[in-house]
Amino acid sequence: MRIRSASVAVLTGIVVASLALGACAPKKPPVARPLPPPPPTTPEAPPPPAPPAPIAEKPVVTAPPIAEDPMASRTVDELNRDSPMRVAYFDYDSAELSAEARAALDANAATLKKYTTWTVTIEGHCDERGTAEYNLALGERRAVAAQSYIVALGVPASRVKTVSYGKEFPFDPGHDEAAWAKNRRAHFVITGK
Amino acid sequence: MPTKRILAFAIFVLAAGAALRAWPAAPAAPAPQSQQQSEVILSISGEAGARPRYAVPDFIARAGDAETQAAARLMGAVLWDDLAFEREFYMVPRDTYKTIPAARSFADIPFDRWRELGVDGLVTGSVERTGPASFRVEVRLFDVRSRRSVMAKEYSGTTSNPRLYAHTASDDIHLQQRALRGAARSKLTFSSDRDGERVINAIAERDVKEIYIADYDGANQKRVTVTRKLNIFPRWAPDARAIAYTSYRRDFPDVFISLIYQGTLENPTNGRGQNWLPAWSPDGTRLCFTSTRDGNSELYLMDRDGSNVVRLTNNPAIDTSPTWSPGGTQIAFTSDRSGSPQIYIIDADGLNLNKITSESWCDRPTWSPAPFNEIAYASRTGPGYDIRIYDLATQERRQLTGGQGSNESPAYAPNGRHVAFMSTRTGRKQIFVMGRDGLGLKQITTVGNNYTPDWSK
Repeated sequence: MRIRSASVAVLTGIVVASLALGACAPKKPPVARPLPPPPPTTPEAPPPPAPPAPIAEKPVVTAPPIAEDPMASRTVDELNRDSPMRVAYFDYDSAELSAEARAALDANAATLKKYTTWTVTIEGHCDERGTAEYNLALGERRAVAAQSYIVALGVPASRVKTVSYGKEFPFDPGHDEAAWAKNRRAHFVITGK
Repeated sequence: MPTKRILAFAIFVLAAGAALRAWPAAPAAPAPQSQQQSEVILSISGEAGARPRYAVPDFIARAGDAETQAAARLMGAVLWDDLAFEREFYMVPRDTYKTIPAARSFADIPFDRWRELGVDGLVTGSVERTGPASFRVEVRLFDVRSRRSVMAKEYSGTTSNPRLYAHTASDDIHLQQRALRGAARSKLTFSSDRDGERVINAIAERDVKEIYIADYDGANQKRVTVTRKLNIFPRWAPDARAIAYTSYRRDFPDVFISLIYQGTLENPTNGRGQNWLPAWSPDGTRLCFTSTRDGNSELYLMDRDGSNVVRLTNNPAIDTSPTWSPGGTQIAFTSDRSGSPQIYIIDADGLNLNKITSESWCDRPTWSPAPFNEIAYASRTGPGYDIRIYDLATQERRQLTGGQGSNESPAYAPNGRHVAFMSTRTGRKQIFVMGRDGLGLKQITTVGNNYTPDWSK
C-alpha cells in the first residue's frame, strides 16, 4: 500500500515532538505516545491526534516546520460533506460546458492533481422537466462531458468514474428555475484517497 | 323488443386446482382453461343497440364461517368491478339490488325481481369450503329472460386470495360472451419510494426506489426488490414470471432480472459498461437496452442470458427507451439526433430508420399489442407531458390526457384496451390507468411516489 501524506505528516510531527520532549525531559522514554491508528478509512475512525504544541526552548531539530494539510487529514465522508470539489452546472437539455462550468472543472482538475491518490465519481444530474427515461442518458452525457474535460487537463481517466442519476436525486426539491438550475449538474463525489 | 337469444347448454369446466393456487406460490395468471364446448354458446344481449345489463350480487356462502362469508361478499364486488373495467356490459349498480332477496342456492334465484330491474345477465356464484385453506367456487351466468345458465364454471384453490376467483371468472365471461381477452388477471409493476428508506452509503439523503408489483386493479401491492438503492424502469417478461429493470445495486445502472416466483436474480449485462432500460422481445428470448459501453447511449440487443450482444444504433446522439413491435421485427425508441428527443422506429436488424414525431419533447414509446397498431408516448404539451397515441396505419395521433399534471411513461394492457401511466395530477407521482379512448380513469397507487409502470403481457 502507498504511504499517505497525512500519515507522513502525523508521524513526522510525532517524531519531532518526541525528540523535543526527550531533550527537555530525559526521564521519559524516547517514544512518549503510541503510534496513531492506521490512516482513516472509515467514518468511525477517530481524527488524527492534534499537532504537538510548539516547544519554546532549545529545539534540537531545526528542520522547517511541517504544515499539516487539513484537506489531507479528512476522511472521504468528511470531504464529501463539505466538498472541495466544485459543481459544474448546465443549461436545459444541454451537456455543453459553459465558461463557469469550465472554471469549476479547472479547479477540480487542479485539486485532483494536487491529491494524486484521490479517486472521484462524477454524477450527472438533470432537472425534473425532462422525462425520466431520456434524462438518464442526458445525465450520463453531462457526467462524461465533465470527465473528458478534466482528463484532457491531465487527470488520469482511471481515477474518474461517471454515473448518471437522471432526475432521480434532485439536490433542490423545488419546482422553479432556481431549483432546476441547481439540479442540472455534474457533481463530483470523492470515492477514495 | 329484446332479442331472445338463448343459450343452450351449460358448460361445466373443472378448473384444475393449480389454476387458482394463491400467489406467490404459483404463476400469477393461470392460463385460460380450454373450454370444452359441447354446443354453440349464445351470448346474452341487451335491448336493441344497448349493451347488455349485468348484475353481480354477493356470492352465496355455503359455509357459516366468517372467512367464507367474507370471501363470498368480496368475490361479488370484485367481479362487478372486473366486468365494469372492460365496459362491454352495462353494470347495474350494486346498491340498487339490496332489496332483492339473496339466493341460498342457484335453484332459488328470484329471476322476476332481476328482470324488474332490467337485468339481462345475472352473474352469481357460490363459495364452498373444502378444507382448512381451500375453497371451491362455482360461478354461473344466467340469461335472466330464459332463466337458463349460459356459463357455468367451477374453480378450486386456496383461501388466500379470493379476488383471483373473481378475476378468473371475469376473464372467462369476457372470453365466452365477447371473445375478449380480459385484463383481470394481469399485473402492474412500477418503481416506488413509498417505504421512505434512504440509500445506503450515499453522500446525501437520498430516497431509495424499489420495484413493486400489483394486481391490475391496484390490489395486492407487493415489494420485489430490497436493495436500499435506486431501482427503476421495470418491465414484465412476456410470461409474467420475471421482471427486468435498471438497478443501481452496485452504484451504477445495470440490467437485472428478478424471477419473482423463484426469488432469484439474474444480471445479464453483468457490468459490461453501464446499461439501462431493458425491454423484452415479444417472445421473451431477447432484450433491447441502452448502454454506454462504446462511449455514448446506444441501443443493443442481447439474448436473455446476456450472450449474442448486437449493437442496434450508431449515432453520436442519445438513443434510448426502446419498445418492441408485437411481431418482434421492429423497435421504436427515443433519440435526440434531430436536436430534441423524438420517437423513431428501426427494424430489429438496424435498417429502415423512420422518425414518427416532430414535437417539443417525446419519450418512452410503448408499442400496443395486436389488434391495435399504435404507439403511445409522453409528449411535452406545456410545463408537463401528456400521453399521446400515434396510429401507425393512419399516421394520425390523438391525446389521451388533457394537461392535468404531468402524464408520462405509458404502458399498454395485454389486450391493448387500456394504458397505465404516471401522473402528477393529484400532487405526488402516482400510477393511473385509463382506456385507450381516454375514458375510465382509475388511480392505482396512493402511497409515496410511484413511477414508470409496466403492464404484464
